[in-house]
Amino acid sequence: MAAGSFWKKHENLYFAVTNRKVLFGVLMFTAILLLSVIGPFLTPYEYDEFAGPGYQPPSKDHWFGTTLQGRDVYTGVVYGLRSTLLVGFLAGTIASAIGLVVGFISGYNGGRAADEGLMMLTNVFMVIPSLALLILLSAYLPYRGIVTQSLIVSATAWPWTARAVRSQTMSLRNQEFVNLSRISGLSVFRILKEDIAANMFSYVFMVYILQFNGTILASVGLEFLGLGPTRGISLGLILQNAVNWNALHLGMWWWIIIPGLLLTLLIVSLYFINTGLDEVFNPRLREM
Amino acid sequence: MGRYLSKKIAIYLITFLFAVTLNWVVPRLVPGDPITSLLARFSGLEGGREILQSYFVQTFGLDKPLWSQYLGFWRSLFMGDLGISITRFPSPVIDIIKTAIIYDFIILLPSIVLSWIIGNKMGALSGVSKRADNFLMPVFYFLTSSPYFWFALVVSYFLGIVLGIFPISHAYSAAMTPGWNWAFIVDFIMHWFMPFITMFLVQLGGWAIGMRNMIIYETNTNYSRYMESLGASKRLIRNYGYRNGILPQVTGLAISLGTIISGGVLTQVVFAYPGLGYTMVQAIKQSDYFLIQGCFLFLILMVLAANFIVDIVYMIIDPRVRHSYSEEA
Repeated sequence: MAAGSFWKKHENLYFAVTNRKVLFGVLMFTAILLLSVIGPFLTPYEYDEFAGPGYQPPSKDHWFGTTLQGRDVYTGVVYGLRSTLLVGFLAGTIASAIGLVVGFISGYNGGRAADEGLMMLTNVFMVIPSLALLILLSAYLPYRGIVTQSLIVSATAWPWTARAVRSQTMSLRNQEFVNLSRISGLSVFRILKEDIAANMFSYVFMVYILQFNGTILASVGLEFLGLGPTRGISLGLILQNAVNWNALHLGMWWWIIIPGLLLTLLIVSLYFINTGLDEVFNPRLREM
Repeated sequence: MGRYLSKKIAIYLITFLFAVTLNWVVPRLVPGDPITSLLARFSGLEGGREILQSYFVQTFGLDKPLWSQYLGFWRSLFMGDLGISITRFPSPVIDIIKTAIIYDFIILLPSIVLSWIIGNKMGALSGVSKRADNFLMPVFYFLTSSPYFWFALVVSYFLGIVLGIFPISHAYSAAMTPGWNWAFIVDFIMHWFMPFITMFLVQLGGWAIGMRNMIIYETNTNYSRYMESLGASKRLIRNYGYRNGILPQVTGLAISLGTIISGGVLTQVVFAYPGLGYTMVQAIKQSDYFLIQGCFLFLILMVLAANFIVDIVYMIIDPRVRHSYSEEA
């Protein structure tokens, strides 16, 4: 039985593809991802060009309606989604990388000076309200691109990963097999790589998903305040324009509800994947 | 217990030190020299020259070496001198902050406390009843995934525009004069409601999900199984699970305070509710640097104070911390 032995070997994968939460999340995430990838090819307009009469609710010509100035909301949303996903991906990756390094060093040296110092730093960054810090930094930077924004956002996002990775590393560090590697004279780097990181892969992946969510929310918040990238379009910027042009008072719900709803669904889908994976990797929760 | 608190206080002091230093460093590092442009703008205002004399020369001491500028910055901070707002010249920044911070308190405090309590109860319900869970879980996920400002816009659209029940911006009507009369209080509460409910609902989802997962986890532990085999009622087991689940939720509250206050900033912006967040964003639009820095500092102080309160609460409810303190526990 080739198929049977395949699933036996990849037990976690089996539970992942049969978990309803994971499936639902992956489907929704893929749909939104596809929208951002192929969406821009389905529209004849540019996000900043005049596409038709303004103040139009969703119709056959303008799927998500038009803004007060006659821009196509659908076009703005699909391009904005690209930029938002890109910032989330970049910032989430940078933050996770910093968090992993800090977490490994801190956890492996648990209790020693290096750990105390790094944890102090982590806690300081954890306490600071990220948006306030981001506002302060952005306010003084006259030009900001996507990379700048990702860097700023990740600067306040990494402590979550660092703390999670540290506590996992600390519990793995004292396991028998790690001790065995240590007395066998393996280098610290190899122990971290082969014994500790390898055993934390699932955990780190889940933390990464949450990190991605957090950085997207933070960057959209900045964009909404007009402190996002100085050029281009983003979901936060669309919403900021909507508010500035009084879309609420004018009852232009399509301009406000649709961009935010897509964003919320994106984050919901990632939460579902995360919770589902939690059940996959943690058999105790699976029984429910 | 003493060690627990002193370690926490050390972290808070360092955070404060870091925040103040950042406040001092950032304007000096960035291109465009904001201080020089502020100087130019101040000298154009009536009485601005005196301000320049007292504030810039004494506090900033731009002609002095850097370390002495830094010390001067701290000295004026301890004397409550945060500079003068250029947009609301000549009000001192500290006076503007004193008024604004009240609005933060009346939104944040009730929304944090109520959403935490009700969220935990609802999460516990969702954790024990599969039927409730199927309906409530997606709702909780939706709430916790909503960006604060978008949810504020949605609330504002449905309750403020479509139904027209609540006024959609500011803390009270422009025609009203603040005072302890009935009409003003009603007006004030009407304006307060939408920012409050936004903050309340978005936070609610997160607490509920946390507690739901805790309850499911706890009811599957060995002690729960053991109690079950002894014939304890489901209810009793659940109550123990809840009590064990509460602790991580308190820690979660401490960790989330920064995010919650950030959400508060955005919510205030949507409703033009004049707390620190709204004031800070307005200050950015007008490059009112002293006001930006003052708001930043007080937002941090607010998070630190809230964290401190949560730490004390944690100490009271967790006997393990009360009796001994160890990092690994």
